[in-house]
Amino acid sequence: MFGYYVKLAFKSIKKNPLLSSLMVFAIALGIGASMTTITVNYLMSANPIPEKSEQLFYVQVDSWDPHNAFNDETGAPPNQLTWTDASNLFNAQKATKQVVMAKSGGIVVPDNQDVNPFETQIRLTTGEFFNMFNTPFLYGAGWDLSVDQNNEQVVVLTRTLNEKVFGGENSVGRNILIAGQHFQVVGVLDTWQPVPKFYDVNNGAFDEVEDVFMPFFLKESFELPSWGNTNCWKSPEGEGFKAFLQSECINYQMWVQLNNPIEKADYFSFLNNYVADQKAFGRFPRPMNNQLSDVMEWMEREEVVEDDAKMMMWMSFMFLMVCLLNTIGLLLAKFIGKSSEIGLRRAIGASKGDVFTQHIIEAACVGLLGGLVGLLLAFVGLQGIKSLYGDFVNNLIQLDFAMASLGILIALVTSILAGLYPTWRACNISPANQLKSQ
Amino acid sequence: MLELGPIFRALLRNKVGALLIAVQIAFTMAIIVNSVFIIYERSQETKRPSGLDEANSFFISSSGFGENFGAKATIEKDLTDIRAISGVVSAIQINAIPVSGGGWSMSLQTEPGAEHDGVGTAVYMVNENGLDALGLELLAGENFVASDIRWRQNSESTWPDKVIVTKAMAERLFPDIDYGQSVGKTVYINDNEPMIIVGIIDKLQAPWVGWNNVENSMLSPEHQETDSVRYFIRTAPGQRDSTMKQVEELLAKNKERVVDGMRSIEYVRERSYRGHTAMIKILTTVIITLTIVTSLGIVGLASFSVNRRKKQIGIRRALGARKIDVIKYFMLENLMISGVGVLLGAGLTIALNMLLVKALSITPMDWFYIPIGMIVLCLIGQLAVYGPAKKATGIAPAIATRTV
Repeated sequence: MFGYYVKLAFKSIKKNPLLSSLMVFAIALGIGASMTTITVNYLMSANPIPEKSEQLFYVQVDSWDPHNAFNDETGAPPNQLTWTDASNLFNAQKATKQVVMAKSGGIVVPDNQDVNPFETQIRLTTGEFFNMFNTPFLYGAGWDLSVDQNNEQVVVLTRTLNEKVFGGENSVGRNILIAGQHFQVVGVLDTWQPVPKFYDVNNGAFDEVEDVFMPFFLKESFELPSWGNTNCWKSPEGEGFKAFLQSECINYQMWVQLNNPIEKADYFSFLNNYVADQKAFGRFPRPMNNQLSDVMEWMEREEVVEDDAKMMMWMSFMFLMVCLLNTIGLLLAKFIGKSSEIGLRRAIGASKGDVFTQHIIEAACVGLLGGLVGLLLAFVGLQGIKSLYGDFVNNLIQLDFAMASLGILIALVTSILAGLYPTWRACNISPANQLKSQ
Repeated sequence: MLELGPIFRALLRNKVGALLIAVQIAFTMAIIVNSVFIIYERSQETKRPSGLDEANSFFISSSGFGENFGAKATIEKDLTDIRAISGVVSAIQINAIPVSGGGWSMSLQTEPGAEHDGVGTAVYMVNENGLDALGLELLAGENFVASDIRWRQNSESTWPDKVIVTKAMAERLFPDIDYGQSVGKTVYINDNEPMIIVGIIDKLQAPWVGWNNVENSMLSPEHQETDSVRYFIRTAPGQRDSTMKQVEELLAKNKERVVDGMRSIEYVRERSYRGHTAMIKILTTVIITLTIVTSLGIVGLASFSVNRRKKQIGIRRALGARKIDVIKYFMLENLMISGVGVLLGAGLTIALNMLLVKALSITPMDWFYIPIGMIVLCLIGQLAVYGPAKKATGIAPAIATRTV
């Protein structure tokens, strides 16, 4: 029977091409708009590291100005650490794994004369970065704690940079000149782009990953510049790079891996003790306000999903609503227009249930068609978003299988819902009345 | 107007169909009116002038890396060379580009001491040619002179003793006096370090277009002695593009540096406001498609209702109703439905606006958007129904005689 009803549905759709295409078009527009905005929101709020997002915690301690909170509205502690705190907390090695980091940059001068020198972004970090964040390696590996402690000059490159400088070959063991210093390549990452770029959302949560990973504490030896956001509530005391590092300016991030609530509680009390000790040196003038946020909590706190994206999603749901109301109206018109046909079917033995099934299937077919066209529209819509917003959204416009299925599902469910009332009306057409007028 | 009663009673017999259109009109109105409001707000923001001579300005970055790269000598030579190019009006070194999104902010206060609150401001480090290169108008006081300009070392933490601020900044610092009178006053940077205001400029925006204090800027008389520098260049009208090429070639002659990031200010503005421009385009598309969907829905349902009432229309015509009466019937019917729709719509519009205000801190809508939206939506309904109504007049009175 199902196949027969589907056949009937398509026959009925073809019989009234204008009205049918109007319905399909309306559903398609609604689905297209919603899927476009849902995709952007879905990717913005995606979990970038689902396998361990609950074990990774961002560390915040309140080292800010005694007169003003870092964030007046929420009272949240500063979103980054000072050099002093990053170094102390790292050196304490109290968590299962920990990483401190910052953004920097410098000039790369390739040995190959054919490649011009160029400027690159550098992620200053410590060895456990790669292990904690599950980065894929193409060649070699990261570095261990002794490298960080002895300030060894090693780097990990991204695949892109390796291709640019070494033509894509295995460059492990080779030398590279960055920021005027010689480094030995120990590893090359395979393509890796967490969305959002959760480990540091300060300069654009959807930015590209930096091209060079370099041991964190080399910042001090080579006086590497601070490229991320730097915030100070008081000026450095004294002149020069050392004074800047020792100041209360924040520019550094720290993540720790804590595998269970006990470890988390232990680490939290370690943080509180640390701050209490620092207070004895006259630092941390504000009340104790430390925070450990796991990956998703941190994304929430940093408001990674753009307001504009949320707004567009709500608007597109209302848009879908209008399209559905439209479809209800048109289906109603259509089914009532078929009154005599329904009357005839009822008279020759179709039960109310049969008529109901037949028409719900017709509504679902319209929905399915609308959903398919809607997916095409969503694809066009996402290309449109790309052309409007530029590179910034490159990582946010992938329409994956889950999203496509969701689109079809929404189209089916909503069109069946939209079909309920018209179908109910169709079932209640009394056969006698209709046959009389034939 | 006598028809109103019968039309209304006829409508009540098909409540659901009418209600569907009314609700659809209500939602359409809520979305359209809020979109128009947001479009207006955003386009006002994108039109704010930066204070620069935008059409004729550009900037370029240079990062030295060689062992013998002398920052100070290079900067001095670069500036002299760039200024010698014909078509260049003025060229300076600067630490940040207005409207570009990246820069340096400090806070100025009128009383020394950490316990006093300051006013946030963008910092631009320029020399005595700053006003000329940026195209700024000096409203009061005077410009920097060559002897004011110092060389700022990396990680320097002190500030020069002179400063030029925008009119908006002066008015924020000294709200009780005319901005011109703030010339000569002392303000404090870093809580305690005094700077004397020597001049007031009309307008210069901060690098961050979304910042509440975007009109607050200060000029600090200094060059920065760093290997990575940015030059801001203003050209004679119409000569920007040719000059850009020449400047890039000139700087690239020095092989001990990377020359990069040459952009016109027009490009920077476009990029900084890209989110706004995109939003405006998206919402415009939404408005247009939504209007089409809703009108087509009205056309569809009206045609359907005309078809159903063929006999009724025929009888009315046979009894003496003119074509205009038939049109009037459908138009009035639609107006009643739209009327209910826009009343519902007014409520929904306000609700959506309140939601957006609360959740996304958008400014509340001006009241007059609502009545205008109501009228426009009614007009759209009338236009949409006109076609089917016109078609209804083609029904011959004779149809009344065909069946009983």
